[in-house]
Amino acid sequence: MPEHRPTTLLAELTHRCPLHCPYCSNPVELVRSRAELSTEEWMRVLGEARALGVLQLGLSGGEPLVRRDLETLVAHARGLGLYSTLVTSALGLTRERAERLTEAGLDHIQISFQDAERESAERIAGTASWDAKHRAAAWVTELGLAFTVNVVLHRANLDHLERIIDMAAALGADRLELANTQYYGWAVENRDALMPTREQVERSEAIVDRAAARYQGRMRIIYVLPDYYSEFPKPCQGGWGAHYIVVAPDGRVLPCHAASQITTLAFDSVRDRSLEWIWEASPAFQAFRGDGWMRDPCRSCARRLVDFGGCRCQAFALTGDAANTDPVCTLSPQRRAIDALLDRSDAPSGEWVYRSMGRPAARAG
Amino acid sequence: MLDGTARPVLWRRARVDFDPVRHRRVLLYPEGTILLNDTAAEILELCDGVRTVNDIADTLGARYATDVRADVVDYLSRLADRELVHDAGA
Repeated sequence: MPEHRPTTLLAELTHRCPLHCPYCSNPVELVRSRAELSTEEWMRVLGEARALGVLQLGLSGGEPLVRRDLETLVAHARGLGLYSTLVTSALGLTRERAERLTEAGLDHIQISFQDAERESAERIAGTASWDAKHRAAAWVTELGLAFTVNVVLHRANLDHLERIIDMAAALGADRLELANTQYYGWAVENRDALMPTREQVERSEAIVDRAAARYQGRMRIIYVLPDYYSEFPKPCQGGWGAHYIVVAPDGRVLPCHAASQITTLAFDSVRDRSLEWIWEASPAFQAFRGDGWMRDPCRSCARRLVDFGGCRCQAFALTGDAANTDPVCTLSPQRRAIDALLDRSDAPSGEWVYRSMGRPAARAG
Repeated sequence: MLDGTARPVLWRRARVDFDPVRHRRVLLYPEGTILLNDTAAEILELCDGVRTVNDIADTLGARYATDVRADVVDYLSRLADRELVHDAGA
């Protein structure tokens, strides 16, 4: 019996996506469509995940709707007893497809929105998307799916937070996730353009508190703090290899969706190994499981089983060593790396690079 | 806080399932999983939007020959705070 059973699988079905959001957490080197797992491979992965203990399935990407086998995978997941969430831009959704997904057993849909007004929202997404998203929200509520509106927050939309919250309620959302940008993948490339000012962050917390009271009983608001402003790091996925599994489009298995940026680890693929072996025995999943790998200040810290030393990906990105304390922690000797980034946040915003296959030269801001 | 006359019902998009891997019943909802002990599962089975909190407490109290009212109110109120249980009579 494994000591830790996973509860959640994030299946990144593809990296293809019609949006070009500059905050995307996908890796800058995106997986091409010909390298994606087949329908049969995904069905095997879902079955292996259920046998390991997974109960929650996130169907994500990229844009999972570009996979024509999405309904097949949803039906398979439902048959296995998984609670499934489609994480989508809603581009490519039709009324008919929404019905087919509901009939196949989809439980929950999370649609991304970029802002509370068309021009800004479409500038952030890098493509015309406003009408498609608003149409999709109406179908989803008619069909009775659980509905989450997800908005990634950053410098260019934080000043519209109150209108964003009201928009989500008007769209009929059961839940609203307001997630301040986490700096992985494309968001690292665009950090200077996306980092909110201190003033924006302080104002936003008060706005969220008031709105949570106003919408109590109608819409649940989940607010993800910008962790650079925190005193202690976030407990990433409840600890490395504790509950969470990500399978990338090409079958590599990761303990979190950003982990591929840790270039000192080798991640095994479901094409070569069973999911069970990868979860229980692979070097990458063992690397930071539990607290045996910790150094000081984590090793002797009372919070080591509260935040598990924070995010390994952030430690690697900002200190060069994934076994260091997350530099967000004020006890970290490398906290100055974060403070230096915060000091720059009050400077004028730069331009951003849009997400795309291959590194683009075009910048807009 | 749900009072004794509330008629609790599980949110329409949450569901209770049996997990053969853990040999436990589980409550599943968007982005969340709660492993249920036997008492919790029995409480949720009785949440049909018709029975009141008092009815549920009486049924389980008779089954266990002990007063479980405070536990039932406490458990359902915590689920109501998370919007997983609603009062169908409200």
